[in-house]
Amino acid sequence: MKVELLWWDGCPSHPETLADLRTVLRDEGVDAEVQLTEVETDEQAQREHFPGSPTIRLDGEDAFPAEPGEPFSLTCRIYHLRDGRVSPTPDPEDIRAALRRHLDEHR
Amino acid sequence: MNIGDEAPTFSLPDTDGAEHGPDGVTVVAFTCNHCPYALAWHERLLNVARDYPQVTFLAVNPNDAERYPADSYEAMRERVRSEGGWPMPYLRDESQEVARAYEAQTTPDVFVLDGERTLRYRGAPDEDHRDEAQNARWLRDALDAVVRGEEPNPAETEPVGCSVKWRR
Repeated sequence: MKVELLWWDGCPSHPETLADLRTVLRDEGVDAEVQLTEVETDEQAQREHFPGSPTIRLDGEDAFPAEPGEPFSLTCRIYHLRDGRVSPTPDPEDIRAALRRHLDEHR
Repeated sequence: MNIGDEAPTFSLPDTDGAEHGPDGVTVVAFTCNHCPYALAWHERLLNVARDYPQVTFLAVNPNDAERYPADSYEAMRERVRSEGGWPMPYLRDESQEVARAYEAQTTPDVFVLDGERTLRYRGAPDEDHRDEAQNARWLRDALDAVVRGEEPNPAETEPVGCSVKWRR
């Protein structure tokens, strides 16, 4: 399984997301290295279909699919925690749910 | 700009076009519409503005709206309107000169000036954007100290948030 974390250094949220992602992978028994990709330019953001930092991809699919029409750019992604609060990082339980969903769909 | 330096004065338009600048003890909070850190701390900053009516509180959006349309003047107006008004003016720093003069790094990045416009605190509102119970503690402590004529402790913390979106 290919697990990627795309990030941009204008947003300080990716270390926390990387730690959360690694914890979830370990908890779920998924033996996969997280491939880190730094997105550095607007052109690269367009090319990579990068909706903002951090972005988690599982076998190339965004774990949190962007809304249709959402621009690809160097920005910080807005997530919501399970209690509704705005957050620069996804809720770890939402990462877990996305991983389980992906595993179920690709069994 | 270092703690103890005289902060630059300025005059910027709010979302109704009225001009505002530092006046007496002042908080200058660089913030924006699109950054999750700024949004996470937003309510806490509004509450500080409500709780310190004797302090001039200025929210300043310096981001390049060409690359980040969510931070346009029109989007700022719409946000304040849709939220039923703010207890502080939301100012547009179109030229980014104020952000450059203050050496703002992130949204949010908070500056507390005393009545002589001397910089007394600079940094994050509190130590954790995820913890609402923090209640902008660093900012409140700094304001309490300045109002008492004392030195804030800490006087400087690391600003945390999205980088200011400078024009290219």
